[in-house]
Amino acid sequence: MIEVKNVEKSFGEQKVLKGITTTFETGKTNLIIGQSGSGKTVLLKSLLGIHNVDAGTISFDGRIYSNMSADEKRELRTEIGMVFQGSALFDSMTVEENIGFPLKMFSNKSPKEIQERVDFVIDRVKLINAHKKKPSEISGGMQKRVAIARAIVNNPRYLFCDEPNSGLDPKTAVVIDNLIQEITEEYNITTVVNTHDMNSVMEIGEKIIFLKEGILAWEGTKKEIFKTDNEAIVDFVYSSELFKKVRKAQNRADKL
Amino acid sequence: MLKEVFNKPTKWSMMKQLIMKETDDLVIGSLGIVAFISFFVGGVVAIQTALNLTNPLIPKYLIGFATRQSVILEFAPTFISIIMAGKVGSFITSSIGTMRVTEQIDALEVMGVNSLNYLVFPKIVALMLYPFVIGISMFLGIFGGWIAGVYGGFASSTEFQTGLQVEFIPFHITYAFIKTVCFAFLLATIPSFHGYYMKGGALEVGKASTTSFVWTSVAIILVNYILTQLLLSK
Repeated sequence: MIEVKNVEKSFGEQKVLKGITTTFETGKTNLIIGQSGSGKTVLLKSLLGIHNVDAGTISFDGRIYSNMSADEKRELRTEIGMVFQGSALFDSMTVEENIGFPLKMFSNKSPKEIQERVDFVIDRVKLINAHKKKPSEISGGMQKRVAIARAIVNNPRYLFCDEPNSGLDPKTAVVIDNLIQEITEEYNITTVVNTHDMNSVMEIGEKIIFLKEGILAWEGTKKEIFKTDNEAIVDFVYSSELFKKVRKAQNRADKL
Repeated sequence: MLKEVFNKPTKWSMMKQLIMKETDDLVIGSLGIVAFISFFVGGVVAIQTALNLTNPLIPKYLIGFATRQSVILEFAPTFISIIMAGKVGSFITSSIGTMRVTEQIDALEVMGVNSLNYLVFPKIVALMLYPFVIGISMFLGIFGGWIAGVYGGFASSTEFQTGLQVEFIPFHITYAFIKTVCFAFLLATIPSFHGYYMKGGALEVGKASTTSFVWTSVAIILVNYILTQLLLSK
């Protein structure tokens, strides 16, 4: 579990996070949603330790990040898997080498054991015929799978995903969403997904945190979104005609 | 930055592989262009010296002498380093800059890898073999001068070789290699700095490469002046 207490972060005069307090639960897919500029990427980067927060605390299963030594922080980071928006695969390495990188770097496994583990996660994310290819030779959807495989290869306790569906077609996006949720349940990890894709919210949103202008404006589950009267979240989620119809249909079904 | 660069690597076996790869990219990969330029510039130095020796009282062996002095003292260590600032420096800045833009450096950091150490330290170690490149440049520059001088009919082989040995000061070689080691450090660190700390997108990667070339060249020229003053002036 990741606990965030009164986290604040500013860039110059601009206050981006204004006292965020929430928890990201273990074994659940926790979603951070909000408009562009609402502070969700800053919150995610603060959770990852890429940004130092100005005030408040972030604790990983009781370990407060700001109280940790540099070595402890580095140790914690080996427990974290991250899927970047653009996948952030190493261009100079093949798919296999990308996935095996955290193991080569942080484990004492033999090359044979590393290869077995890499083959296992490649099968798990259903990557076909891509072992020896470079990232530039595979599609965006496959790159996302490689990024997920690399994030989970070292059995992380925490998985972070920044806009995992950006640039993907709706069908592939659903596949990636489901893969993230399956992995979360299978490995019982704390998963935090940063997204503004409403399909993802409806698909995998076990816990949803809605940010508006740096403030936590709403939190709940995907079921609760249909019933909430919170104007900010209703305005955000139901900005498209499709979701307005979904909400009406859902409410009608509830009344029956 | 340098403190992080010289921190203990996360894993030495990985670091060894990286050093080998960087040696291949930065040192071995530069041999072709260095050899080509050195050979022909050495030849041009010999020809131009010969064409300026119009007084019949001046001995022809001065062609060999001038070629040796020019190549060993300045051309090979300094001007090849400026050329390398363009070739190797731009490569370092653009490759690290692209990693920054595409979040690959963030990925390393999030994994717990000291990215400065991982990316910059192997380049510094690999470029410590740079004096080897300059040694080859010196040899080929003088060889090019000999070919141009002898086969261009400006001096006999014996005259040229005599010139190569006249008033030879072995410390000049030491001085050239001391400069080379300093330039190697600049070639590895300044472009890495510009790539690592760049912000923006693809356009900024190009701008960072240009800036890094300018600053590396300026640093090489300044360090060259300071070292020459310190090591050669009496």
